[in-house]
Amino acid sequence: MVRDITIGQYYPTESFIHRLDPRVKIVCTLLFIVSLFIQNSLPGYVVATIFLAAVIKMSKVPVGFIVKGLKPIVILLLFTVVMNLFLTRGGAELVQFWIFTITESGLKTSVFMAVRLIYLVMGSSIMTFTTSPNGLTDGLEKLLHPLNRVNVPVHEVAMMMSIALRFIPILLEETDKIMKAQQARGADFETGNIIQRAKSMIPILVPLFVSAFRRANDLAMAMEARCYHGGEGRTRMKPLKYKREDRLAYAVTVFYLVLIFAVGRFVPLRLWIF
Amino acid sequence: MGIVHAEKLIYEYDKRDEEGNVIGTNRAIDGVDIDIPQGSFVAILGHNGSGKSTLAKHMNALLLPSGGTIWVDGKDTKDPAEIWNVRQAAGMVFQNPDNQIIGTVVEEDVGFGPENLGVPTDEIWKRVENSLRSVGMLEYRKDSPNKLSGGQKQRVAIAGVIAMEPKCIVLDEPTAMLDPNGRREVILAVEKLKAEKNVTVILITHYMEEVIDADQVFVMDDGHIVMHGTPREIFGRVDELKAYRMDVPQVTMLAEELRKRGLSLPRGILRREELVEALCRLR
Repeated sequence: MVRDITIGQYYPTESFIHRLDPRVKIVCTLLFIVSLFIQNSLPGYVVATIFLAAVIKMSKVPVGFIVKGLKPIVILLLFTVVMNLFLTRGGAELVQFWIFTITESGLKTSVFMAVRLIYLVMGSSIMTFTTSPNGLTDGLEKLLHPLNRVNVPVHEVAMMMSIALRFIPILLEETDKIMKAQQARGADFETGNIIQRAKSMIPILVPLFVSAFRRANDLAMAMEARCYHGGEGRTRMKPLKYKREDRLAYAVTVFYLVLIFAVGRFVPLRLWIF
Repeated sequence: MGIVHAEKLIYEYDKRDEEGNVIGTNRAIDGVDIDIPQGSFVAILGHNGSGKSTLAKHMNALLLPSGGTIWVDGKDTKDPAEIWNVRQAAGMVFQNPDNQIIGTVVEEDVGFGPENLGVPTDEIWKRVENSLRSVGMLEYRKDSPNKLSGGQKQRVAIAGVIAMEPKCIVLDEPTAMLDPNGRREVILAVEKLKAEKNVTVILITHYMEEVIDADQVFVMDDGHIVMHGTPREIFGRVDELKAYRMDVPQVTMLAEELRKRGLSLPRGILRREELVEALCRLR
């Protein structure tokens, strides 16, 4: 059923990571990604792997789910690996055939790059798996709040995001209804080349747009009737407040950052060319 | 002066042709005088295009009168300084259940109004719980509104209004898009509310069965109030109602037909039990 789809990829369960404040998860994910890209040593990657594995374990999200999240980037990943492998020059030549040469530093860069991308996607999917879309919106609103001073309408944007999230299932259902209505009158969406199929979408999109605007109008009126007048003077039903666990999570992340740099600099762990 | 009081209320809008040029004006409301006492249950009836929804929107300052004045809780809706007080005093429930729910979780939606009013967090939670309980939706508080039935969504919308603690609730055809079960659910919730909290209920509808418990009924046609009285008085005038294209409840209709055929039944029978009793008394 269209009604049952969840937006984003929230995996609802109870875990330490799920309970964390969304702001903590956003900031720590960013820090983790940064940490991946500004260090480049085997010991550093070992630390990052341990950290990521521990977080995944704590989140109680099945590893299979997270690995599935890598699917969309497989092509990008292959492209990056191939490009780095053949185009990076430096160090001893390892393999050479026809016009291709693989050098030591080529192999090193491509492997590290692949690991970085994989960890990046896994790290950020942990964030979306453990935070509800609304939590994310709230977290972003609170984090970006200082931008209000430079006239960025942070509250309004966050409100639009959460309304969009609420209406996605409704509009999907509506699309389904309109498609069925058009099919009942003989519309054909499946055959023909891509241009013909795109053209056959017009009778769906037009009524969908009309109805979306009508809904927007109704909703705006309902919001006004309930005294909505922007973020000013508004209180929150579920205000975000840092708890002890959240401070702990920040501390752990900072410790991880220190560790990854310290290890990268002072632990002379080398394995073959890496 | 009651909670809602209008004098010579007029609302005009421009009539436009295909290109959007003004070709005249339409009067949706034409000289309406109305006074609704605090704590009463008032129904406004009328067929499509009679101006009843336009009148409802004036009670919440969503529309402002072109002529005349309407006071809600003693405040003139035209006064821009009072607009949020007017909207807080008169809560509004709309027709389409999907298009008035803002939150992605039931309890968050009910909390939306109090949040806008700047109510402190603890108080919001209390209000949300109480108002969800009073419409019998407390067990769904953590659910997504998309999973609810139409009647349940309308009850959530009513809870969202109650949480703002208005003095009066305006329901603008809340049952028009519901199936008979959902319609009953919503009307029962409204009646319960009326009995428990001393709020004024203004129900706008074209289903006459829903208004038999009202204290007063107004019938609108073409922007005017054409009939006014208790449900019994109004439903006693079947022929007149039909002239305004209103459907009379089946029981009332049957009683009227029987009366025309010579049975001595009283006018304005509203419920099945009443008809049964009246018929039994005939022997």
